[in-house]
Amino acid sequence: MSTRSADALHRFLHQGLGSGVARELLGSPRSSGLASIDRVIQSDVETHDGAAVVEPVPQAEPIERFVVIRPAPRWPHLDLRELWQYRELLWRLAWRDVAVRYKQTSIGVLWAILQPFLTMVVFTLVFGRFANFPSNDVPYPVFVFSALLPWTYFATSVALSGTSLVSNRALVTKVYFPRVLLPLAGVIVPIVDFMLALIVLLGMMVWFDVWPSLAIVLSPLFLFMAFVCALGVALFLSAVNVRYRDVPYAIPFLMQIWLYVSGVVYAISSLPEKWQWVLALNPMTAVISGFQWGFLGTAAPDLGKTLVSVAATGVFFVVGLWYFRRSEPRFADAI
Amino acid sequence: MSAAIVTEGLSKSYRIGELQGAYGTLRDSLSGAAHRLVRRDRRQHFEEIWALRGVSFEVAEGAVLGVIGRNGAGKSTLLKILTRITTPTEGRAEIRGRVGSLLEVGTGFHPELTGRENVFLNGSVLGMKQREIVRKFPEIVEFAGVERFIDTPVKRYSSGMSVRLAFAVAAHLEPEILLVDEVLAVGDAEFQRRCLGRMEDLGRSGRTILFVSHQLQAVAQLCDRVLWLDNGEIVGDGPSTGVVAAYLQAGHGTGSSKEWSDVAAAPGNEVVRLRSVKVVQGGVEAAAVDVRLPVGIEIGFRVLESGTQLFPKIKVVDQRGTVAFNAMDTSDRWAVPAGPGEYVSTAWIPGNLLNEGFTSVQVAVCSLSAPKLKHHVSVNDAVAFHVQDPGEGASARGAFTGQWQGVVRPLLEWTTEER
Repeated sequence: MSTRSADALHRFLHQGLGSGVARELLGSPRSSGLASIDRVIQSDVETHDGAAVVEPVPQAEPIERFVVIRPAPRWPHLDLRELWQYRELLWRLAWRDVAVRYKQTSIGVLWAILQPFLTMVVFTLVFGRFANFPSNDVPYPVFVFSALLPWTYFATSVALSGTSLVSNRALVTKVYFPRVLLPLAGVIVPIVDFMLALIVLLGMMVWFDVWPSLAIVLSPLFLFMAFVCALGVALFLSAVNVRYRDVPYAIPFLMQIWLYVSGVVYAISSLPEKWQWVLALNPMTAVISGFQWGFLGTAAPDLGKTLVSVAATGVFFVVGLWYFRRSEPRFADAI
Repeated sequence: MSAAIVTEGLSKSYRIGELQGAYGTLRDSLSGAAHRLVRRDRRQHFEEIWALRGVSFEVAEGAVLGVIGRNGAGKSTLLKILTRITTPTEGRAEIRGRVGSLLEVGTGFHPELTGRENVFLNGSVLGMKQREIVRKFPEIVEFAGVERFIDTPVKRYSSGMSVRLAFAVAAHLEPEILLVDEVLAVGDAEFQRRCLGRMEDLGRSGRTILFVSHQLQAVAQLCDRVLWLDNGEIVGDGPSTGVVAAYLQAGHGTGSSKEWSDVAAAPGNEVVRLRSVKVVQGGVEAAAVDVRLPVGIEIGFRVLESGTQLFPKIKVVDQRGTVAFNAMDTSDRWAVPAGPGEYVSTAWIPGNLLNEGFTSVQVAVCSLSAPKLKHHVSVNDAVAFHVQDPGEGASARGAFTGQWQGVVRPLLEWTTEER
């Protein structure tokens, strides 16, 4: 920094702003905040004078010291190292959504329990009582509630995450960070709701005398499948949403249809074999039957069909991520 | 000394229509995709606009670089690329050090969260580490002066309070490179003063600064070097005074003189046509004029048809587009219709009338058809010039060297009596 420009800056502020303002800005006793900034800066100046630039205070390594900006690659990939560097922001974004989610509602987090619970009551009456849908010999309320848990997680995730870019427009147009963080935070947030509703499920299991099997240790894996699948769908939808605002209208409709082909209100195993294979393309069928296998002790899902679902999950994720990364360079311009 | 910013051939293109992307329909896009599939030709169907083209420059560590240019010249696009909000289409840039910009003040603030929560959220968004925020938290709160309300939701803050808090966070980011876009600056005067004050602090501490502004005077004073962008390309790069002067000469495409050699193509009608317009001072054409001396606007025109009672007229407009005044020749010279022939009239704008800055002149030849003024010929921005105060006294500003507001700055006669 040449002293010339420093002086010029000083002069400009004094002249341009009028001396009263400048005095206030440049260190009258009243502006203690600025004085403290001066202190901070002073400590930095010394480091700039030396040959090597050293951080004045030992601290965590800065996010970026040296950055090369170049055109977006033709074949997008996910920079995992960068994502790891930004992990704190991911938690912050997720935490924000959790903190804000039920603000200024009268019953607060009870909504997380009430939503699946009331849906369960309605489904039990309509499908369990009147329509007499098959439920793998488990009391229908427990059957449907145990399916509604991963399903609600999935549907909420897609809805929240699929619109995450547009609802965080201010961030996207003003600050750089890996954009993937936004949909990623969107599929993390509903885990909190899921955990709360899980307590209700455990209570219902006691009430209806239904006991879990050993396979319960595998249920986190099935939930992870729901997580990856929701993320894949949401990556795709959120990128589409940047250009077409139809997405928020399409999501509820999509989820409504998806619910009926996921085995939430009926047991997939009671369908003809041929259809079971077709529905295996929907990862949520494997998620739900795997979850019920663990928690309700129902029959183990067929390995072949589960593998089909796993493969489908992979396809959903890869396609979603690929489309997202491909559209990413134009997000800030098009949003 | 190493370079803080190096760019090589930085370019950014937009497809026409893409800017209206949000309004495009899915159907258009699907049919477009189908077309492309059939023709196997992706590029041809989009007309491209280059917002930035082949921009290469280097900023040394600690330098203050100004960026000037008309609206749409690519200044904001350049900043957006350097802050990584958008990616370039071609070229590359290297940036050494943490980048901060005052564009992002308050980004990510959530009204439902408390002041404390927002400081942490906003800090993370701006790229601060958790530990860093914890360390600076007391300073941030003190700077913003919101200690008492730090656990109150921000939606209950007055707008002044939330802006102060937002700015406090941004001000503690301690970037090595600061990008300032004055055009996009938000907030009230107080807030802008704070931004400038912070900039000054950073400048003194050896930060690299990129300053985008329309205030040429500020740019000339603040920056060592200036980059002049036009149509996305660098057209000037060098010491600030030289580049700013060149920019002013180019004056939004308006120079200090204009001539129409072909009478038939010159502006006008069957009665009168313009031939030339020129700004003069001290007997010579001048692009930059001394505020203390009279400025002449020399208008050459040819009367083709007699019988109309014509007279020349000028309209003087300042750099903000405010009309300073209109003036026409009301002398007896034009009391009778002028006969066919060439005329050269000069309007003399007295010294110590116009304020400093860019001034543009509309030139016209009119006749009066009461109650209206009939413009036989009228050319907006026919000529332009830059009024300067050399600061040697004898102007309305006297020994004061700061900015003087107003469209005009007449040197008044003052009388004082002692009683």
